[in-house]
Amino acid sequence: MTTEVVLKIAISGVLTGLVYGLMALGLSVIFGVVRVVNFAHGEMMTIAMYLVIVFFSALGLDPLLMLVPISAVLFALGYLMQRAIINPFINRPEHSQFMLLVAVALIMVNALLLIFGPDSQGITTSYSFDSFDVGGIIIDAGKVYAAIAALIVAVALFSFFRLTLTGKAIRACADNYNGALVVGLDVKRLYSLTFGIGAACVGAAGTMLMIVTDVTPAIGPAYTLLAFVIVITGGLGSMPGAIVGGILIGLTEALGGFFFTPSAKTMFSFGILVLVLLFRPQGIMGRKTA
Amino acid sequence: MKYLFEGVSRSALILLVLFFAALLAAPMFANDYLIVVLITILYFAYAGQCWNIMMGFAGQLSLGHALYIGLGAYVTAALYVKFGVSPWIGLFPALAIAGAVGAVIGFLAFRFGVSGVYFAILTIAFAEFARIGFDHFGWVGGAAGYFLPVANYTQNDFFNLRGSQHMFYYILLAMTLAAFILCHLLLRSRAGYYWLAIRESPEAAEALGINIFRYKMYAVVLSAALTSLGGVIFAFFYNNLFPEQVFHISRSIELILGPIIGGIGTLFGPIVGAFLLTGLAEGLREIMLRLGIDLPGMKQVFYGICLLFVVMFLPDGVWPPLKKKLGLDRDSEKKES
Repeated sequence: MTTEVVLKIAISGVLTGLVYGLMALGLSVIFGVVRVVNFAHGEMMTIAMYLVIVFFSALGLDPLLMLVPISAVLFALGYLMQRAIINPFINRPEHSQFMLLVAVALIMVNALLLIFGPDSQGITTSYSFDSFDVGGIIIDAGKVYAAIAALIVAVALFSFFRLTLTGKAIRACADNYNGALVVGLDVKRLYSLTFGIGAACVGAAGTMLMIVTDVTPAIGPAYTLLAFVIVITGGLGSMPGAIVGGILIGLTEALGGFFFTPSAKTMFSFGILVLVLLFRPQGIMGRKTA
Repeated sequence: MKYLFEGVSRSALILLVLFFAALLAAPMFANDYLIVVLITILYFAYAGQCWNIMMGFAGQLSLGHALYIGLGAYVTAALYVKFGVSPWIGLFPALAIAGAVGAVIGFLAFRFGVSGVYFAILTIAFAEFARIGFDHFGWVGGAAGYFLPVANYTQNDFFNLRGSQHMFYYILLAMTLAAFILCHLLLRSRAGYYWLAIRESPEAAEALGINIFRYKMYAVVLSAALTSLGGVIFAFFYNNLFPEQVFHISRSIELILGPIIGGIGTLFGPIVGAFLLTGLAEGLREIMLRLGIDLPGMKQVFYGICLLFVVMFLPDGVWPPLKKKLGLDRDSEKKES
């Protein structure tokens, strides 16, 4: 019985971790290319989560159907953000970029608070209470759908960066900024595109997360931190690393919350982060550079 | 004394003395509300000055300074409540513990070559670790908070830091002045020049024979220990401590907004920044009140927009251009910025 419970919790942790991984993937893509740490990452995700609530209550649309439109909205938001305010900051020192994004995050959190109020909100889908029974282990259907959708988005993103010309151009910017300029790439536009793609990832992750959890305006910073933890654990700038880190952190939080108290679960992920930073600063899947 | 005033122009000195005199006299004219605002300003100015040692001088970005505030607050508060130890004695263990924690973080990070964004996130991780840890630390109340007995405000008990707002105001004023003078002296010391060298180029500094590990450690330990004193005042002024508030990342960010907005690495930056930001926040509150707008979040949205404009249009902060305007730009201040 206990092994089954532990297995159930572990599987549920891995599934949630895949969605976390997609969120972190957005952060990783942005950092890997634009070299800016998006301190408003979790806040952008809460925007996506509130969009789900608005569409769900207005039109009754299923979150799985909203995946593409909401990602598109977040893509536009990210593109415009990079174009309007972050591009001029590319060559500024880190603390200056940090301040800029903290200001953006502050505006986002409080605008959401202003519009939606401080209460926790959630949605109930037709499959919210469904579950699969795999050899006696009960798994939430919502989590399975969310994780599958997250995987599909991640695979689509990998293919985009490997196979398309634009994807290759973006990777060229990441590898060598000056080289990309020399061969005539419009780096600023590619940066905007990248930030848009990162934002779309977080939009997709937020949409999926709404299937399994609730949202409050104040939750943004916690997700930002979670994304940092995952990305650094997996390797900042490494795309597979973000997914691996997401699974690891999802698993840690689920098991930590089960064996100890749920409120202490994030302590374990921060513990892992500290260990990774100390013994493998480039992350589990990161390349050793500087 | 001569060393103290070295390189400070006459006009700067006069302005400084006038400014200090105004702050000394302020409680005579200010009402209770204004005193609380001034206390908040001085608290941020002090803590910002301490943070500036690490980031502004030595170039190590810490986003977890709430950790040291919280340690200072919890250590002295617990010693006072549980054992009746005066905060003036309790601050020594607080200094030691905060300094030691700073040393551990610095040691781990600098030994393994963790720097830049990674170092910043490591500091967040330790602060968050402490927040959740204290949430489950029942001895000092855990998540339910830790409370100091509220004293009778009619008479000041200086020894136990129980008393009127005026007392806290003058203590904080003295602390802010002391931190200011200390930083002024530090910048003219060997360590100060080493720090600036490390900030500008760690490789070059190392090539010149500076032990960059040791000097980065000095900066972290000094900054951490001094910051904890801010926490002592925080605990005894507010009389309640909640891990969710004291150690929260938003607290760390709040602390460093002042020096960044004011001008990183400058002596006046943290003070100017604290005045501007607290003034802005209180001003917005007042405007909202006058307009009868009582929407949660409205004030912070405007606050965020103001921050956004400051960082976009004043990349070096407010103080460097302001200094030019005031005509103080001729001599030594140049060296710092």
